Amino acid sequence: MPATDDVQKAQRFREAALPYLDDVYTLARYLLRDASDAEDAVQECYLRALKHFDSYRGPAMKPWLFAILRNVCNAEYARRAHRPSAIEDTPGAAEQTPLWQEAEASPETEMVRSRDVGAIRKLIDALAEPFKETFVLREINNLSYREIAEAVGAPVGTVMSRLARARAMLRAAWMAEEEQAK
Amino acid sequence: MTCDEARILLHALLDSELDAGHAREIESHIASCPDCAAEFAAQREMQRVLAETNLRYTAPASLRARIEASLPQPQRQPTRRSVLRGFAMGSAVSALAATGVVAVVLRQDDQQRILSEVVSAHLRSLQAGHLTDVVSTDQHTVKPWFNGKLDVAPPVIDLTAQGFTLVGGRLDYIDARAIGAVVYRRRQHVINLFVSQTSSTEHRPPKTQTMQGFNCRRWGERGLNFWAVSDLGADELAEFVDKFEAAMAKVEGKSGS
Ligand SMILES: [Zn+2]
Repeated sequence: MPATDDVQKAQRFREAALPYLDDVYTLARYLLRDASDAEDAVQECYLRALKHFDSYRGPAMKPWLFAILRNVCNAEYARRAHRPSAIEDTPGAAEQTPLWQEAEASPETEMVRSRDVGAIRKLIDALAEPFKETFVLREINNLSYREIAEAVGAPVGTVMSRLARARAMLRAAWMAEEEQAK
Repeated sequence: MTCDEARILLHALLDSELDAGHAREIESHIASCPDCAAEFAAQREMQRVLAETNLRYTAPASLRARIEASLPQPQRQPTRRSVLRGFAMGSAVSALAATGVVAVVLRQDDQQRILSEVVSAHLRSLQAGHLTDVVSTDQHTVKPWFNGKLDVAPPVIDLTAQGFTLVGGRLDYIDARAIGAVVYRRRQHVINLFVSQTSSTEHRPPKTQTMQGFNCRRWGERGLNFWAVSDLGADELAEFVDKFEAAMAKVEGKSGS
């Protein structure tokens, strides 16, 4: 392949994929919870994306990049021998978390109180997978349900139930912290 | 609709992912079920608090440079993590599948299409001579200009003091309908604020999406749909929307009293 083709392809790729660098890096930070691992994963993601750019048919670049990043991150989990593959989709305890509890004595609903960025990020970081990635893709990366389904390779219905569960878990953890702080 | 179904679908309602029919179904369940209504209110509040917090990270400049540096040599051997394991999604039966309401009709395709029309309209407006039909930094000139041209004139608010200069207004076409565009400037950046009428009076919190390198922040309020489009960064565009909404609230407070 002549070098000029590569350079042209790189230029097209740069224009199409680099605007999403912050999005990809954000997802990597939440998935890996480590700044330097996230950087490595994002770089690897872009290398792989460039490699497969010829076969990319669109339309949405973001879910495509996220799907590649997930694969990279999963390899990173595998490398971290001490940690099980966290985004493997096995029904664990978290999957059994009830979406809601029976109404308690007081019917009034407690609302979460605003917190600083660090505290909220910690609460999100603590969510179990695959709920965390679903939540981050929706709430922070602003993907539509269909795009999330595309990125994670799951049906839209699964995405919806995971998102409901993720938000239920997040609110429960948030309220529990506020309760403790009292 | 059962409560179990509602506990999942209320999120799709929050995310504006439901078509009108399903939205009505879940809304009527919420209206008649205090428990689900409480859950909906609590989740909406959490989404509001989350939207107010910038939870995104910014990639370090060094990472950008590393990636840039690796681009012109696509034949270079990949790094140590070149052997990657794909992983299969498990067969966990989702709660939603179990409730039998998987066949939810999402209106996402519509939204994507409209978003892309909005971005196209923004692009068109940037061509020479297309930005404004009425040029004025005075809201009292721009607002009446829309009267008679649209069923509902868009709110026109001067945000110069807040750092966003009103430039004028324009008629545009989105989704085969005439729509008002109010034009602002921040430094050299143009912001098009598209406003259309909607039958829904429901409040939809602002969401930012990116398309073709433009940021688009859309939200719903007072029976109107808003799309603010610009090449401004997501932070500054969000600031614009916040300032706009704050000013709107002030205007309404005055006229209401
Ligand atoms: Zn209910």
